[in-house]
Amino acid sequence: MAVNLDMKVLIVDDYRTMLRILRNLLRQLNFSNVDEATDGSAALEKLREGNYGLVISDWNMEPMTGIQLLREVRADEKLKSIPFIMVTAESKPENVIAAKQAGVSNYIVKPFNAETLKAKIASVLGNF
Amino acid sequence: MSVAVKKLDVARLLEELRKRYGDTVKVEEVAKVVGHLMMSGAPTMASATRQIYAELEALAKYIQTAKAELAALRPQDVKDEFLPTAALELDAIVEATAEATNTIMDAVEAVEGAMDKADDEVRQVLSDATTRIYEACSFQDITGQRITKVVKTLKEIESRVDEIVVAFGGELDKGKGPSAKTAESKAEAPSDDELLQGPQKAGEGISQDEIDRLLAELD
Repeated sequence: MAVNLDMKVLIVDDYRTMLRILRNLLRQLNFSNVDEATDGSAALEKLREGNYGLVISDWNMEPMTGIQLLREVRADEKLKSIPFIMVTAESKPENVIAAKQAGVSNYIVKPFNAETLKAKIASVLGNF
Repeated sequence: MSVAVKKLDVARLLEELRKRYGDTVKVEEVAKVVGHLMMSGAPTMASATRQIYAELEALAKYIQTAKAELAALRPQDVKDEFLPTAALELDAIVEATAEATNTIMDAVEAVEGAMDKADDEVRQVLSDATTRIYEACSFQDITGQRITKVVKTLKEIESRVDEIVVAFGGELDKGKGPSAKTAESKAEAPSDDELLQGPQKAGEGISQDEIDRLLAELD
């Protein structure tokens, strides 16, 4: 299965700089439809309104964290099958386990490189 | 005199009384037993009391010394001036690095915009270089999170200092504010708050490869 580069991708991070980095890296991977949100609740609102094919989210945000967003997504009948990649500086095993238990599709630890981002997206969406 | 010996003496005395009078004992004899008990216990009680007084006195001196040392630290200044200033400085660092990072990315995006004018070979070189710059720019996110952790720690210290000021009242500088958080009991599964500890220092967290292995094991 090949990645659909026209799908809507939602990137979620409270650091605008990180959103910009992610957006640019995704553009270099030829994703043309990237949207962004700065916390979990804003992301959830967008997800309920739009037809997104992938969520790439930070963990540590306020008021709604990435893991809370993930739980909300997995508990929502319409959203629960959206691939969800956590991109975070939280690198303890208990974090990975908690994210997995919440239904994360893949997990990237910051700082990351473009190759890792590409590989993790491919692992959940298919080859480029 | 030990408690065991005292008990033995009293038991012997009671046995003698029982032999002499049976179960009906004269009031005078009861008074003798009580007197014996008081005489045998009194020195020990007085000694214990003296020891308690001595320990309380030492404790009071210790508290006085601690108060004097705390007052010398000028906790109100620490709370009102030093800690907020440190937090502001750290916020300024985050702001400055964010600004610098955005300037770098403006420049990189300008380079990317001009890449179409270059031939394939040059375009590839520029593309690889801009990718590396974007990757490197993520330092700002990491340093920002680390600094945010430090600011939170400063706020915690501020809260503890405030508690000390309140506890010692007028003997130190005046102070008021919310109590410091009490240590929460550790549940078996970490709470969401406990999971927000990153970025981890070297050796504390696990690598991307280890994360991948862990995810595979959990599948």
